[in-house]
Amino acid sequence: MTLQTEPISINFGPQHPSTHGVFRMRVTFDGELIVDVEPVFGYLHRGSEKLAEERTYTQVVTLTDRMDYVASMTNNQAYILSVEKLAGIVPEPRGVWLRMIAAELQRIASHLVATGFLIQDLGALGTPLMYAMREREKILDLFEMMCGARITNSYLRPGGVFADAPDYFWQALRQFMDDIPGQVDEMEELLGSSEIILQRTKSVAVLKPGDMVNAGITGPMLRAGGVDWDLRHRNSYDYYDRVQFDRPLHHASDNFARYWVRIQEMRESIKIVEQCIKAIEPGPVRPKSVPFLVRPPKGDSYVGIECPKGELGFYLVSDGGVSPYRCHVRAPSLMNLTLLKEMLVGTYMADMFVSFGSTDINMGEVDR
Amino acid sequence: MPTFLDNSWFRNIYCNLVENDSARCASGGWFGDGILPNNLAWLAYTVAAFVICFAILNALLGSVIVYIWAWRRVFARFQRRSGPNRWGPFGMLTTVADAIKTMFKEDVVPAEADRLIFNIAPVLMVVPVFMVFAVIPFGAGTFFVDLNVGILFIIAVTSGSVLAVVMAAYGSANRVAIFSGMRSVALLMSYEIPMAISVIGAVMVAGSLSLGRIVEAQDVPFIIVMPLGFLVFAICALAESNQTPFDIAEAESELGSGYLNDYSSMKFGMFYLAEFAAGIAAAAIITTVFLSGWRGWWPIPSQFWFFGKMGAVLFGMMWIRFTWPRLRPDQVMGLAWKGLFELTLINLLSTGIMVAVFADEEAPGDLFSANELWIMAAVNWVVFVVSIWAIGKVLAPKPYRAAMLEAPVQLYPVGVDEMPAVKAAGAAD
Repeated sequence: MTLQTEPISINFGPQHPSTHGVFRMRVTFDGELIVDVEPVFGYLHRGSEKLAEERTYTQVVTLTDRMDYVASMTNNQAYILSVEKLAGIVPEPRGVWLRMIAAELQRIASHLVATGFLIQDLGALGTPLMYAMREREKILDLFEMMCGARITNSYLRPGGVFADAPDYFWQALRQFMDDIPGQVDEMEELLGSSEIILQRTKSVAVLKPGDMVNAGITGPMLRAGGVDWDLRHRNSYDYYDRVQFDRPLHHASDNFARYWVRIQEMRESIKIVEQCIKAIEPGPVRPKSVPFLVRPPKGDSYVGIECPKGELGFYLVSDGGVSPYRCHVRAPSLMNLTLLKEMLVGTYMADMFVSFGSTDINMGEVDR
Repeated sequence: MPTFLDNSWFRNIYCNLVENDSARCASGGWFGDGILPNNLAWLAYTVAAFVICFAILNALLGSVIVYIWAWRRVFARFQRRSGPNRWGPFGMLTTVADAIKTMFKEDVVPAEADRLIFNIAPVLMVVPVFMVFAVIPFGAGTFFVDLNVGILFIIAVTSGSVLAVVMAAYGSANRVAIFSGMRSVALLMSYEIPMAISVIGAVMVAGSLSLGRIVEAQDVPFIIVMPLGFLVFAICALAESNQTPFDIAEAESELGSGYLNDYSSMKFGMFYLAEFAAGIAAAAIITTVFLSGWRGWWPIPSQFWFFGKMGAVLFGMMWIRFTWPRLRPDQVMGLAWKGLFELTLINLLSTGIMVAVFADEEAPGDLFSANELWIMAAVNWVVFVVSIWAIGKVLAPKPYRAAMLEAPVQLYPVGVDEMPAVKAAGAAD
């Protein structure tokens, strides 16, 4: 006699503690095995791209903050670079160095959150997450010194940044730079020395590098598959061609590799910030010639940067007015979800949110 | 076999109530003659029993409240937070406030729930946990009942909580809860077996199933005599009380709260109570069976020894709970059947052989002397190290295949800056 069984489908989200926002998945299980995944998103849609059409180029910066609210600085950076390209603005060197420092600090903060939430998703009751958040808190304090805001920074402006960092920022930054390598080591030890974490993450949710490239996946996820694709190195926007850094690669392309790459990238970011501190010189932080209302000539521009999650690109079309005619965002979080089904099908229910979290998505950016 | 009147608490109450029971009360009551005439001795018996049951329940509830407070404070320290510190000294009344709040919440029963089963489940969850405390000796002469099958009683009673979990899961008619219930059944059933077998070692050395007798036998604590048994029992106790790394039934990051999802108000409160009481019960059993229970050194009273050891075990359990991630359900099952089951059999074998060797044919029922226990301990520690090493070899995670790590990725070879053409998705190979 055979037992008649049938797959059971469960709806996860949008109100669920582990969906990293308001994501929803309709998952079909055969026992504990996942046989089908149907992602549903759009619960956090705020129409940022449309709103951008009615704001001046400077005002749009505040909208970009709220897309990926875990990495606002890099969002600012991608948008500002696109505006600068569109309007032909040459930024001031000090402004560029400052925004590179901000962007790399933001990368560390974002990766810390990603790593902390991995261990949270694995079932730890938040203690490792709190340790990651403690370090992120220091970075947010630094941002507060730079621009007065912690999350929604709006620090960057066409041509540089809106204000120079105060003197005490540099002391605090020095202190932070002395502390953070030890904390990253601690984080890596936590990830690499816990047998449970290794057993849970290794060889789970493996993606093929070729599939990832075809699906448009970028960022640490792609580098975890051994594909050497880092826009800081490929396109070298800002002054990334003047700093030395490595691109950490892992070849396993599983959950562990994704987090390993993030940890290593934190180290590279620390290196970059150190070099920026050395290279920065006194001077204006944005050119006087940039008017309050930027009016780029007719045309369009696309700049993609390496944000903590992958390639973040802003496509702007100008009709010569004070606000963009069209603004489109290439959101890495959304693109990285493309292979969600391939990733999850065949794994267990317990690994579902770990794999989902390993894409390090942010719903603010997915839905915009 | 000890009777009820060997229990000093019971005897005090009983002898104060009964007029003149010189056969049982050697020194009479505190007030000379008792209150009740002799022919109402049965009433005195019953009243004494009720008083003691009342005391045990309230003591347990009080200790759960203290435990929850300590749990939250320690948890906060682990996470660099302050924890509850507003209500009462050091926030000690926070749990009381929470309990009151929980009682006054609206009690929601889902429309599709099986009402009867849904409502009975929380009661069934609490009762077995409280029953465990009936047989635990808290100090010298301080016990409620010294059952001659105490260990068996504990194992039998605690397996009742499986039923409660399944009823909660089934009764709430919720798919997530069903998942949680199925996981819980698999977990509890699997860990019951190594748990029961690991206790047998202690039972063999003590020569009795009675917990009082097991404590008496521990001239050397059984944690030293049989480390394997302790390890397996401690892991199983963690699993049985749904703690990390085995909290797959509640699995907050996957299932919300699993079978607790649809419970509210005091029904949720009872599950919450049962969870923490189960933690205390597990610590009490570990203390009694492996940490020599109430035994300690003069002048500290035996009750303090018991609760001190229990607190240390609870702290260890909290430490694990606060810091460790969770195992996957299949890994949890694998650990029980591939690891713990073997370890506990090895422990049984080595302890059994030594019990047979040292047993005194002429005086059956005699306890082993400390020297004999130390010899057993020495042998068992060697067995412990060897078997843990061997099991570790078997259960170790598979390393990455070297070929996989070294395989160059064909699309964008590392170090080559030219971007090769990417084949379109779905194109023929």
